[in-house]
Amino acid sequence: MNKLQLPDYKTPDPEVAARFDRIQQRSVVLNVDHLGKVFSGGDGDITALQDICFKVHRREFICVIGPSGCGKSTLIRILAGLDYPTSGQLLLDDEPVEGPSPDRGMVFQGYTLFPWLTVKKNVMFGLRMTGHGKNFAEQEALQWIDLVGLGKFANAYPQELSGGMKQRVAIARALANKPRILLMDEPFGALDAQTRAQMQSYLLQIWRNVDITTLFITHDLDEAIYLADRIIVLGAHPGHIQEIINVPLPRPRSTDQFLDPYFLATKQRIEELIHPPVEDEQEILPMIRMTQSGDDIL
Amino acid sequence: MNPHTKWFAIRQELPKKRSILLGILAFLLPLAIWSAVSYVPGMWHPMVRVSDVGHVDYFQVGMLVEREVFDDENKYMQEAGKKQAIGEPSNPIYLPAPHIVVKALITAFQTEPIRRGEPWLHESIFHSVQVIFYGFMLSAIFGVPLGILCGTFAFFSRIIEPFVDFIRYMPAPAFGALMVAFLGINDAPKVAIIFIGTFFQMVLVVGNTTRQLDGALIEAAQTLGANAKNIVSHVIIPGIVPNLYRDMRILLGWAWTYLIVAELIGASSGISWFINQQAKYRNYENVFAAIIIIGIIGLSTDIFLSWIGKHIFPWENRSKSSIFVRITQFIKMQSAKLREQSANAS
Repeated sequence: MNKLQLPDYKTPDPEVAARFDRIQQRSVVLNVDHLGKVFSGGDGDITALQDICFKVHRREFICVIGPSGCGKSTLIRILAGLDYPTSGQLLLDDEPVEGPSPDRGMVFQGYTLFPWLTVKKNVMFGLRMTGHGKNFAEQEALQWIDLVGLGKFANAYPQELSGGMKQRVAIARALANKPRILLMDEPFGALDAQTRAQMQSYLLQIWRNVDITTLFITHDLDEAIYLADRIIVLGAHPGHIQEIINVPLPRPRSTDQFLDPYFLATKQRIEELIHPPVEDEQEILPMIRMTQSGDDIL
Repeated sequence: MNPHTKWFAIRQELPKKRSILLGILAFLLPLAIWSAVSYVPGMWHPMVRVSDVGHVDYFQVGMLVEREVFDDENKYMQEAGKKQAIGEPSNPIYLPAPHIVVKALITAFQTEPIRRGEPWLHESIFHSVQVIFYGFMLSAIFGVPLGILCGTFAFFSRIIEPFVDFIRYMPAPAFGALMVAFLGINDAPKVAIIFIGTFFQMVLVVGNTTRQLDGALIEAAQTLGANAKNIVSHVIIPGIVPNLYRDMRILLGWAWTYLIVAELIGASSGISWFINQQAKYRNYENVFAAIIIIGIIGLSTDIFLSWIGKHIFPWENRSKSSIFVRITQFIKMQSAKLREQSANAS
């Protein structure tokens, strides 16, 4: 089979390169500075994250990808303040981060909508908790619900919604607090392939309409490349940054780009990083027959 | 074969009609056994009820005599050439026939107390319900908040639960004599026994229920800016309320099981007093009636509470409705059909 001739993912077309230069000049929202996390257990210490350094610029879309066990969930939990680092520091707008706060909104994989509250009240929750009046919260909430296209379901309970709809409510709920950065922990991981593709487009659309900085965890290569400005590729044991890739694709993104040579080149690179080629050839085992003679398959 | 045509299919719900049929059978079968034992001659009937004493000098009309004794006496009479006694096979007095108990369900309420100043049956029942109510309320007032604290904060869990766990193994009735010493002989020790029987369990059960709340909901609330106080009041409590409600229904059942012991402590009262009193006078049909009434009160409270629960927690999974709910639905459906038919006919 011919190997596809792919361009170098590091030298995108000048327009895309110029865009990265502009992003670099924007202010830094989140500064992750030599972050480390060691879990101390009975069997000794386990280093989950080691020396993680990166900066997220204003209105950037960052995806974090890596093999399982690379600590990507630990990383986002630390960013959200749900867990704490054992070394290094974390600065949001130059202020050190301590504990969870509404300025870092989070969307979880498991929806985590409050089942006893209607869609509207779920979205109002954060606003009410941060001291906003009921009327204001309600108005704001309805606006966000409209934005994610669920206006008709404002009074429905989460249980009546499909997975994709639930996740849209969760996004609206996180955004209603006007966070500085939106953290998303494999938000579409539990959805089926079609809904997932739909949700990715939805998210890009929302991201276009709302000037939000986003950090998105995923294990899906296509998803990462389709969504991100930059992709942070983590490696496992211990979790560390292997490479930060500037996605060499122009915006606005479309599903047509899935076959773009730059898309494929990026994908190939990430593939190399997360699934390094296996060295020893696997032993070829004899075929085990499940069928009787007479219905040969060859 | 369609699994729905099988009566025994692993983890498969039966068709509606069959479930209802089985639910009705659940009550009819024990009743059928009871009826068979009572009405089919020779099924059990170890006694004979004397209807004509003949020449047996110590027999009386209506007296229950063991069958062997009856037969022996008649044999003597026969040998002596005297008139034999006549009687009908009968069950012992402590197993009255169903129709007598059904009658007693009504007459028990109309039977005047044996001595003046003693309570009527309905007064006894009301007294029992009161004891349960106060005992259970008291343990809920303290047990639920404590349980929630234990399930929320490790501090409370560590300082409260070990001791509660220790007391939980002491049977509540064991405190009876102590409670009488502390609280006198009237209702106070009875309420205390119900309290002891349910409170310690309640703390542990509620603590567990609280711990079972999905931690991700709490984390989500934290990232939305909720502080500790708000997380307890706006996430943990509403999150566990449906399960809490279910726990309370189960614990209320326990309260009833402690009732009988509680009522015998100090001055006996309530439905247990009624049962003992009637047993003393050998009115066993009234004893059965009172026991059945306890069952009916317990079951109907539970159905009522579960019905209310469905309406106050609209977000809850429509859990598989109990057989009783299904039976009432079925009856409603059928009566609607009948009405329709009669309307069409006229």
